[in-house]
Order: sequence, then C-alpha cells, then structure tokens
Amino acid sequence: MLITTVLNGKSLRQEVPADKTLLDFLRENGCLSVKRGCGTENCGLCTVWVDGTPVLSCSYPLPRIDGHEVTTLEGVREEAAAFGAYMAGEGAEQCGYCSPGFIMTVLAMERELRNPAEEEINAYLAGCLCRCTGYSSQMRAIRKYLEKRHETD
Amino acid sequence: MRQISQKVRKLDAQALVTGMPVYTQDIVQGPYLTVKIVRSPHAHAKILSVDASKAMKVPGAACVLTHRDVPHVRHTLGGYAYAGSNPYDRLVLEDRVRFVGDAAAIVAAETAEAAERMARLVKVEYEVLPAVLDMDTAEEAPAVVHPEEDYVCKPSIRNGNARNVLACGESGNGDVEKVFSQCDVVLEDDYHTLGNSQCMMETFRSYSFYDKNRKLTVISSTQIPFLVRRTIAYVFGLPISTVRVIKPKVGGGFGAKQSLVTELFGAAVTIKTGLPAMVLFDRRESFTATTTRHEMKLRVKMGAMRDGTVRAVSLYVRENAGAYGDHAMGCVGLSGHKSLPMLGKVEAYSFRYDVLYTNLIPGGAFRGYGATQGCFAVESMVNKMAHALGLDPVEMRLKNIPMEGDVMPAYYGETLTSSHLDRCIRRGKEMIGWDEKYPRRQTGSHTVRAVGMAASMQGSGIGGVDKCFATVRLDEDGRYTVLNGAGDMGTGCDTILAQIAAEVLETDIANVHAAAVDTDYSPYDKGSFASATTYVTGMAVVKACERLIGQMMAEAAAALETPEERLVFQGDCILEKDAPENRISVSDLARRQMTSGNCHAFTATCGHMSQTSPPPLMAGFVEIELDTQTGQVKVLDYAACIDCGTVINANLARVQAEGGIVQGIGMALYENMQFSSQGKMRNNSFLQYKIPSRLDVPPIRVAFDSSYEPTGPFGAKSIGEIVINTPAPAIADAIYNACGVYMTELPFLPERVLDAINNKAE
Repeated sequence: MLITTVLNGKSLRQEVPADKTLLDFLRENGCLSVKRGCGTENCGLCTVWVDGTPVLSCSYPLPRIDGHEVTTLEGVREEAAAFGAYMAGEGAEQCGYCSPGFIMTVLAMERELRNPAEEEINAYLAGCLCRCTGYSSQMRAIRKYLEKRHETD
Repeated sequence: MRQISQKVRKLDAQALVTGMPVYTQDIVQGPYLTVKIVRSPHAHAKILSVDASKAMKVPGAACVLTHRDVPHVRHTLGGYAYAGSNPYDRLVLEDRVRFVGDAAAIVAAETAEAAERMARLVKVEYEVLPAVLDMDTAEEAPAVVHPEEDYVCKPSIRNGNARNVLACGESGNGDVEKVFSQCDVVLEDDYHTLGNSQCMMETFRSYSFYDKNRKLTVISSTQIPFLVRRTIAYVFGLPISTVRVIKPKVGGGFGAKQSLVTELFGAAVTIKTGLPAMVLFDRRESFTATTTRHEMKLRVKMGAMRDGTVRAVSLYVRENAGAYGDHAMGCVGLSGHKSLPMLGKVEAYSFRYDVLYTNLIPGGAFRGYGATQGCFAVESMVNKMAHALGLDPVEMRLKNIPMEGDVMPAYYGETLTSSHLDRCIRRGKEMIGWDEKYPRRQTGSHTVRAVGMAASMQGSGIGGVDKCFATVRLDEDGRYTVLNGAGDMGTGCDTILAQIAAEVLETDIANVHAAAVDTDYSPYDKGSFASATTYVTGMAVVKACERLIGQMMAEAAAALETPEERLVFQGDCILEKDAPENRISVSDLARRQMTSGNCHAFTATCGHMSQTSPPPLMAGFVEIELDTQTGQVKVLDYAACIDCGTVINANLARVQAEGGIVQGIGMALYENMQFSSQGKMRNNSFLQYKIPSRLDVPPIRVAFDSSYEPTGPFGAKSIGEIVINTPAPAIADAIYNACGVYMTELPFLPERVLDAINNKAE
C-alpha cells in the first residue's frame, strides 16, 4: 500500500507492505536509534512519537501512520542531547540500548506533565524497562533536568 | 588524584544518548543473508532426517545446514581463559537435540521473511527420547543426556556422563562433624534457587563476512571478543589469527555474552556460502535457547556457640547444568568458595557438590556466577542462626566476618589483604535505621514493616588465570590512545581504563581515547567477566603507561642532552629538575616520533595477571512492607555499603551497585523461570518473565567505604558482580522478621509467602 507520512519533519510517500511494523519501517528509513527489546510491547525501547504521542513502534501497524507525523530520536537530537547530558552526568545511560526509547518518553512527559512528582514520573515511565541502572540514576537525571528547565522557564 | 574517584562521564555517553548507530545491527551493511535457527520442539530427541527440499524452494533461499554440514568438533561455548574445565560437550549442530529450543538446523536467506519461511518448511524427523527434566532424579534416569563417545572433559572434574553427572567434588578444612558435635546449636536447612534470565536489553546478534583478504570477520555483541575468535577458529579448524572479531557497543551482557551464542551459526553460513550473514535472536530465543543462571539446591549445616561464634559449616550443592556444561564448573565452585569464607572464624568447613545434566536450557554465566546462589543459602542460614541464638543478625555478622589480614581457607587459602566490611556493616545499619526498625513494626491491620540484612563477597578476576593486556600509545598530536581487548558491555570499562591511563600519564581524560575491541588491533584480553576488567586490565594499563613514560623519558634525555635521572615527567612536559627551563613538551616529543632520526615509537604493551582475587565486600540492608493477607512483599528501602577498594569512577560504581541490587530484587521477588512437564520454558517473554520496572523498586541508596587493595590499580578491587548478591537473603530475613516464616526457595512470590504464613499458623 501507499502511505504518506512526515518523518522527522520530512515528507515521505512510500509503497510499503501492509503487514510491516512501524519499527522495521523506521530502521529501514535510517532511524537506527529505534531499538527492539522485546517485540511484545513490554520494554519501551522502540518508543517513538506519532503526532507527538509516544507509541510502541514494534507493535504499531505501519498503515496507521498514513497521514500522520512520526518523530524519532533523530528528529529531536538537540533536545535529546540536552537531557542526555544529565543522564551522562549521572552515568545513567550505561549500555545505552534503552536510552532512545526512554528519552523519547521523557521528552513526551515533559510536554505533557507540569512539575510532575516522582510518583507521576515513575507512572509515566513505567513502560520503559532498563536492566542496567536500577532506575535511580535515571530519576536523578530527570529531576535535575526538570529543575534546570523550570529555572530557565 | 585527578581522575580517580571522580564522576567522569562515559566517553561514549554523547553517542548513546543521541541514538547514534553504534551497535552491531546499526553498523552492518547489506546486502547480507539472514540466518534463522530451526529449533527442537522436544526436550530430547534423535534427528532421523532433515528434509530441506521445500525450504530451499523459497525465493531467496541460500542454504540449509544440518549436522552433516558443520565440523564434528566438540567444544564449549562458555568463555573462559585457557585453564577452563568446562567439558567439551557441544557441536554446532548434532543429530541429537537436548532441550526445547536446541538447534536442529540452520537456514539462511536473502531476507528475514524468507529465512523465517524456510525455518518453518525444513522438515525434521525426530525420534523422541525420554528426557531428564529433574536434576534430583538425573542420576537414576533411564535417559542419558550425553551418551556420545567423543565427549571430552578433564579427569579432574570426576565426570560420569553416562549417569548424567557432569562433575562432582569436595573440598574442606578440618573435621566438620567433630566440631558440629561440640557446638551449642547446629542448624540445617535446604535452599533452592531457580534459573534466571540475564535480560540485557540488546538481544544476541552477530554478523560475519569475509573481508577483502578473505579473513573471516565477525562483528559481535559479546563480552569476550578474543575467546569468540579462539572458539570459531577451533571449531572450524582455522588458524586463530585468520579470524577477526570486532566488538562494537554492546547493549548489556550481565554474563549472557560471556558465552558464544550466535557466532558459530553465522560463521557456518558465511563459510558455506561465502556471503555476509546476520544472526539476530529475538527475545523469545534469548529466553529459551541461550543460557540462564544455574538452578541450585543447597543444603547448609551450621554449628555455633551461644555467643554467636560460628565454628563449623558445611555446604552441599546440587547444580543443574541443563543440557550443556558451558559454565557449570565455575559456577558451582563459586557457590561455596565465595559464600563460606564470610564465616571467618570457622574451625572446619566442608563443601561438596554434584553437577547434573538435564534436558533443560543450559546454565551459563549471570552476574554473581554461583556466588549469588551460595550467598542466598549461607547468609540465610547465618540469619536463622542469629534468630535461634537470640542475637541481632548485625552483631552475628560482626562476630564472624573475616577481618583484614585473615587467611580464608575456603577462599583458596587466600589472605584478605583489604577489607572494610565491618565498617560497611555498621554504616549500612545506620543508613537503614536498623536500631529503630529491627525487627518489625505493625503498620496496619495486616501490614507489617520489617528489616533484614546480608553480607557478601565476590572476587576480582580469577587469580592466576585471567590474563589481560593493554597498549598505550602516544599519538602524533601528543594525545594518548588506550587499546584494550576487554569488551565493554555498557558498564563503562573503556572509560575506567582511560581514567586510569590519564591518572598515570598526569593528563586530562579528554586527552585519552579508548578504542573499542578489534582482535586485529587490540591486545589480548580474556574478556569482560569475572569482575576482572578494572582490577586486572586496569593494572595492565598502569604498567603500560609507566613503560610509555619510560620511553618518553629516554627520548627526552636525548632531546635535552641531559641524563635521564635528572629529568622528571610532569604530564604535559618532561623537564630537568634543577633547571626547569630545560624542558620538552609531550607534544614535541610526540612529533619527534615522525621527525627524529632514531625512529623510536612511543607505544607500550603490558600484560597483567594477578595471582590473587581480592574480594570486594558489602552489606545490604532492606526494609519491606509485607501484607500478611496477600503475602505481597514491597521493598520500601534498600541501603548498601560497599568496599570495592578505591572507587575509580564514582558515578559508574554507584550505578553498577544500584542496577545490580535491583537485579537481585528481581531475582528475590519476581523472576520465576518455570518449565512445562515437557521441558518447555513457560515464561519466555517480558509479558510472563517479569524483571523489575521502576514501579517495583525504591530508590536504591548506596555508600562506599573503601579499603585500599595493594594489588589493584590505585587500590581498586571489583564492583560488577557482588552487588547482585545481598537482596535475596536480606529480603528473606526481612520476611522472617515480619511474620516469622523462613523463605528458602526463590522467588518469594506472594502466594508462596502466604502459603508459608498459613502453614505456620496450622
């Protein structure tokens, strides 16, 4: 089938198989930040945005993006680097494999929640698994980042 | 110290947080063949025939390989230095499959879709055999997992493969039975730990191809690049140096990638077809067809006096090797040798083990490597003994732990050359608020809060076995490159090694580049496992830097026409002590490599092997809330104090600890690997096998109290593995303190805790 989409700000018209997942489509189109950790919608590694809302691309049927806008980490590199610096400052990126999906979810959270409490942050990010860090350093990074953003607002 | 103990950022951080393509699957270039494995649906079967005719008709089909197409060379996939005693009990493919998920055939095609279709169309005719699914009855079972005549193992492991006995052994010191008879209290109990899946986020994958010189090249997500190279060469009958292994960024390992997993399958396809081949295991395959932590059943007997002094201890371990013995020997050894020495005052100990083959997924390496299982059993018994004697478990530890300078008979007779464990225990006790909280507080009609604790040790590398080299080079512009072969799997060891180099070379970390592993360029290293890289490879870096400075000093002496003994190295320059204006900068020296007539290259390679394996030590304290109506355990707080020697990187050490503790909490409370009566793994996805999410764990609180280890780089020991050990026994004791039941089988699922509470009430 033919789909029309905007991928990281760039218009795209492509003939694609209807049974392809969004994840495979994105990797084939050069968005190599997108990772598959489980394939069963449990780990959050494949998180990208469709019209600004986080979705799990491993289980997102490609036809659904027809007429919609898709954003991956490649499309928000500057923001990712800004938040990522706080992760790096805590050593919270570790192996880094879950970082893209995690960062996409954090950046979406930032747009959605005003001054979230730790409980809200954890609830928002619950679907992002990480086997390396135990999550504490990620929370330190998020808090410092949000505080800084708050100060500069 | 300028670099050591600082919160230095990982050198690769920027690339990782901006999603740069740095992992195996990101850097390979097509076109390539996709490799899929045809897997056994049976726990034990003989392959009578493989019909590939339909599969080969799939458009894009490249090849179907069966046991007839691969070398008949018995090997082990467990990565271990040369002295390993793992039996050679594997073939790449065999006419026998030994667990559900074992490889029956390999297919390769031009696309993933075609390869998947081929895998479904390969017709394997099996003769199903009786399977051994329970290690307790393995010895008497009618089925034999490894009846093959060409089975290879060292006589020293006392193998009886005809009876499914992979190994047995014992060690000890003194007459335990005699000392038990003199003790005031003797307790005995059985403990059971399950398999756990390592669950690193990047599943297994490798990519193989022939380079322009027809060198077999493998890009692999591995912790052991040099051992992958050695094993590929061995199996396919190639000279080692004709195989090249490249390790890009790795998305976690935790021991899982201390075995070869995908590499031989891909290499077989590339050798057969001459074409590049990609093998990528999905999560289900990663769960079912690789390796797990070894299931163990452990019987602990402990004798103590009324004052709390433990005088004798015995440990008997039955280890389930699963279908292949990849890491069976190492893990069973550590279950005793890294748990029993924590009882530093015993007059006698005995450690016995049997390792059994079964038709289940093989055991392998997983952070802690047997010590974790041993720690659960022995530390649980120390807590139980404390309760039996009416003593505080903290006081019980302080009375019995080994102290700096003590000889530890159960730890290969090594002397504890550095330990602040006593201080760690006291600090952890303060952190959790033990005195106010021990043992329990009722917080509601059916909720109880309670605390528990455990102590632990690990090793730092394998003494007298692990060999690691490092090359340090002064580049043309006066900056340095550190080459290592260790295999950073995300822990940050490349950064750690760069920090060590920067410290010795008295320069900023920004001037040090740490290159990823490529066996064509990197110096040999046994790999990143056994908590070895900081301690062993780190010392190799120290030595290489010192030698490099020596080379620069000699060159400076020539350049300055001043005797070397009058010169001093100052990081950015070398100058004459008494005439500091007589100096040459390091960048000028670097350039002299290209300009001076003497043609000296400033590059130094040094190796290191430690004869000892100094243990890091730690105390872990937990506070839980137990719901006595549901049996649910919630971890409210976890406080740990760790002596890993000098902390090289304050951030990375802390994150290692936090992450390891959360893995330990997962093992204690959630991760429940189960098999059907036919040997099929029931929970083979993250839907069913639950690793902790951020909702399941509290913020982990970590403190360090560092001793100085004289044999380590700047006093460092290890941190990577020890951190997973304390949660299971600490949580078990918190449950006891909450409700008076001893949980002896992992994990402590609500229904099990509730059953135990109800049984106690009856």
